[in-house]
Amino acid sequence: MAAFEPVLLRNRGVEGSTTLKVYESRGGYQAVRKALKQTPDEIVAEVKKANLRGRGGAGFPAGVKWGFLPKDRKKTLLCVNGDESEPPTFCNRVLMEHDPHQLIEGTIIAAYAVQAQTVYIYLRGEFHEQFHIVQKAVDQAYAAGYLGKKIFGSDFSIEMYLHRGAGAYVCGEETGLIESLEGKRGWPRIKPPFPAIEGAFRLPTVVNNVETLSCVPHIIERGADWFTGIGPAHSAGPKLFCISGPVKRPGCYEGAMDITVRELIEREDMGGGMIDGKHVKAVFPGGCSMGILSADELDMKLDFDDPRNFGLLGLGTAAAVVIPHDMDMRVVLRNMARFYGTESCGQCTQCREGTAWMHKIATRIAADAGRPEDLDVLLETARNMGMMPGLSICGLPDGATFPIETTVKKFRSELEEYILAQPKGRAEYLLRVLN
Amino acid sequence: MSWKAIDRNQPVIEKDAAPVLSEAVREKIRSFFPRYETKRAVLLPALHIVQNTLGYISWQAMAEIAEILEIHPADVMNTTSFYTHFWTHPKGEKVVTVCRSISCEAMGGAKMLDTIKKELGIDEHGTTKDGRYSLVTEECLAGCDHAPCLLINEKMHKCVKAEDIPTLLADVDNNKLSMPRSDLFDPPSEKQAASATMQDSVVGTTSDVSEMREAE
Ligand SMILES: Cc1cc2nc3c(=O)[nH]c(=O)nc-3n(C[C@H](O)[C@H](O)[C@H](O)COP(=O)(O)O)c2cc1C
Ligand code: SF4
Ligand code: FES
Repeated sequence: MAAFEPVLLRNRGVEGSTTLKVYESRGGYQAVRKALKQTPDEIVAEVKKANLRGRGGAGFPAGVKWGFLPKDRKKTLLCVNGDESEPPTFCNRVLMEHDPHQLIEGTIIAAYAVQAQTVYIYLRGEFHEQFHIVQKAVDQAYAAGYLGKKIFGSDFSIEMYLHRGAGAYVCGEETGLIESLEGKRGWPRIKPPFPAIEGAFRLPTVVNNVETLSCVPHIIERGADWFTGIGPAHSAGPKLFCISGPVKRPGCYEGAMDITVRELIEREDMGGGMIDGKHVKAVFPGGCSMGILSADELDMKLDFDDPRNFGLLGLGTAAAVVIPHDMDMRVVLRNMARFYGTESCGQCTQCREGTAWMHKIATRIAADAGRPEDLDVLLETARNMGMMPGLSICGLPDGATFPIETTVKKFRSELEEYILAQPKGRAEYLLRVLN
Repeated sequence: MSWKAIDRNQPVIEKDAAPVLSEAVREKIRSFFPRYETKRAVLLPALHIVQNTLGYISWQAMAEIAEILEIHPADVMNTTSFYTHFWTHPKGEKVVTVCRSISCEAMGGAKMLDTIKKELGIDEHGTTKDGRYSLVTEECLAGCDHAPCLLINEKMHKCVKAEDIPTLLADVDNNKLSMPRSDLFDPPSEKQAASATMQDSVVGTTSDVSEMREAE
């Protein structure tokens, strides 16, 4: 297979890639100059034509989202979603660490396209080093006149601010992010109204992921046809894939969306295979919230559509973690359940209680005190709390449903074996003592 | 059974207590007003600034922030208590934040956490007697390619092995960043020092794991 020529990661490994000087010497800030000579509508049309689907998890086409903004709006806001807290995702971090100016350039173009004069880059609280890198890059861009009043000598002015979160997964949800930006608890809002109509400070607001915006300069520079020429039609463009767990080369790799999970794990220029003679037991291929694959489902294609054929929610963030053969599935189940149990914001009854129950049950199973019926209780709980059945406000509980449901379904016999091998009466004893 | 006497008349916030936020901190908070549509939106930056200066966000500090932002103190408490990074009681000098999510767990994170607990002699949310370290856990730190990982204050430590923990904790510089800090949320006194290091130096972190493994 011909090696994929990196686009988004082309500056990774170049010395000083985070500085303006190096970024410009490698062709940076040309796309924005080109964009400012076009009308905003032309840019929206180009991005629409490229079918740039959002990289933040939902896969909604960016150009279409930008088209939802009311025509008669006075002021528009653009928020860059750099909250990246979905385990095990780190591609936004890599983009910000190695190429912050690419993000800034893409953001300026997007802001011009939607006529947003104020941009907030929302960074999760744990991104300390990344914050200093991006802030430095923003300072450099201001100093060069690429941000601020009348940028590049055009009539367009733009202010860009970094806004730091403080440790809450749910602030990655776009309306949770908006609430957090307003200085409140990161409690997602009921939609509609969608942020494009009424977002932060009740102004029309566009929220886009870091990777989505990093694609924009390349679309403007090389054209929508170049972009759609990469990968299958429904999943066009370069994509970052993350791979972690016990593989030889954990990291972030770029490719077209035509590779399989197996390739991501085994290819020499990607995961490079397993370490220490371990083999694959299971994989979370798209961030935890999308669900789990068993070892015989590794031929799933990492595009926006194929994951559904394997009972998963979607492509998610395309970040895979490999579960090795010697890892106890009860530990995996507990880890998943704990994540959603502690990260639910607590606004909706079904989500708050459901994720907490699942956490308790999974903890008990992992402590050798499960009951055979617990697995069915988990399935029932998982099915009765999401946004899709209309019981909750945001997508977090749906993201909790899939890992729990697929783990229980695909690894049921292993879990049952553990439960049957427990000391007799332990579950009942613990239940009596604890309740 | 003996009764412990608690002085229930002790107010949480002293009346007429001296303000805890200096004028410099207040000025810094106010400097964020032009960035947002409302004053309330400055709350998160304000909390970051106050925690960076005082080490934690006391109730007195919350009341003072409320006054600056012209909101009710309960609003400040409401927001502060939602975010895990803000604490309302003092913590140790260095806060160790250990990742416990799936990649780190698959790579030996539980053993790493246990070693830290043993080494420091504290449990999660504990602080050592000498006040040097506090220990907390967090979900995925977005450093899964370097699992297992942890933060010591702002500094990320990657691919941490359980046997390296004693050396790591003994190192006095284990919280020093390899890049110049931006002055945005620095305590005002450090502002100048920080901006002095803000030259056009090359910033960046290693993020290639195979490189790190080869270097060993
Ligand atoms: C619980 C939850 C957490 C989310 N976390 C993130 C996140 O950390 N980063 C992100 O970019 N999108 C996240 N999203 C998706 C955002 O809501 C939104 O779809 C995305 O930022 C839109 O950007 P895009 O169209 O460029 O993908 C999350 C969604 C949910 C439901
Ligand atoms: S679904 Fe869960 S996380 Fe989302 S708003 Fe409701 S309680 Fe919060
Ligand atoms: S799982 Fe530990 S950093 Fe992501």
